[in-house]
Amino acid sequence: MTATLPATGAPETPEGGPESRMWTARLRRAWVSKLPPDKLLPDRQPAYVASWIYVFGVLTIAAFLVVLASGLVLAFTGPAWYHTSSLGHFTNSTHFWSVQLFFVFMVIHLWGKFWMAAWRGRRWLTWLTGGLCFLASLATAFTGYLIQTNFDSQWISFEAKDGLNAVGIGAFFNVANLGQTLLIHACLLPLVVGVITVWHVLLVRRRGVVPPMEAVPPHGAVPVAVPAAVATSGEPTVTSEESGS
Amino acid sequence: MPWTSVPIASVVNLDHPAHYLTWGWLSISVPNLLVILLMIAVFVLAVLLPFPKDRDGS
Repeated sequence: MTATLPATGAPETPEGGPESRMWTARLRRAWVSKLPPDKLLPDRQPAYVASWIYVFGVLTIAAFLVVLASGLVLAFTGPAWYHTSSLGHFTNSTHFWSVQLFFVFMVIHLWGKFWMAAWRGRRWLTWLTGGLCFLASLATAFTGYLIQTNFDSQWISFEAKDGLNAVGIGAFFNVANLGQTLLIHACLLPLVVGVITVWHVLLVRRRGVVPPMEAVPPHGAVPVAVPAAVATSGEPTVTSEESGS
Repeated sequence: MPWTSVPIASVVNLDHPAHYLTWGWLSISVPNLLVILLMIAVFVLAVLLPFPKDRDGS
């Protein structure tokens, strides 16, 4: 189905011309007003972003991509391959160690954001989605340990079932059910973690990277935007967006 | 033993259950403690180490 242009045939304009009421046009206008392209894909950052503590978010995403790629190979080849061949062992280990790095980077990212109170400036939803991503990642890692198809996973599942039964969810989530756990780990939870991660990154783009506490301008001061490409030192400054105003 | 695992095995023998440290109610394996200490060290270094400047020196 296609939209009918307004009677004038003129395209919609932000200056007051006829605007389409199609849901696609309204969605586009809402998206562009909240997240214009220069905020979605910026080429400049405030000076305070030039610090190693700001790289751990993207390191977490990089590790997550390695986890997804190696997990995809494991899913297509199966335990008969990754338990018996050298390349299978290597791929299995790549999946395991990229998960370890994923959590190391994520926890350091969490520590950094906690100590700079990253929920300031109307960023509470960014902080919340980060926390949700951490919890979903824990569930994904747990189900991953359950489907190793070795004695380790057998031990973990039979130790965990008592705890899960004790809190009343054993009837819905049976950790000794390999098929159920495999589908949850390979199909459901990666999607959940991925969607929350995209949501989290979009929120970071919309609200901007949180500034250091001392960079918040005093009341009434005029914020100054400084491109990272030309200002990687000196007094920290903030943009009007970073200040949460 | 495959030749690829010889160098690692010669440094640390991992073919045994982990050692545990216990203080009262707290019990933690040595590998887990080492990973936590390593993460704290990386965090401190990330805060303290200067970030490389642009190629133009600005």
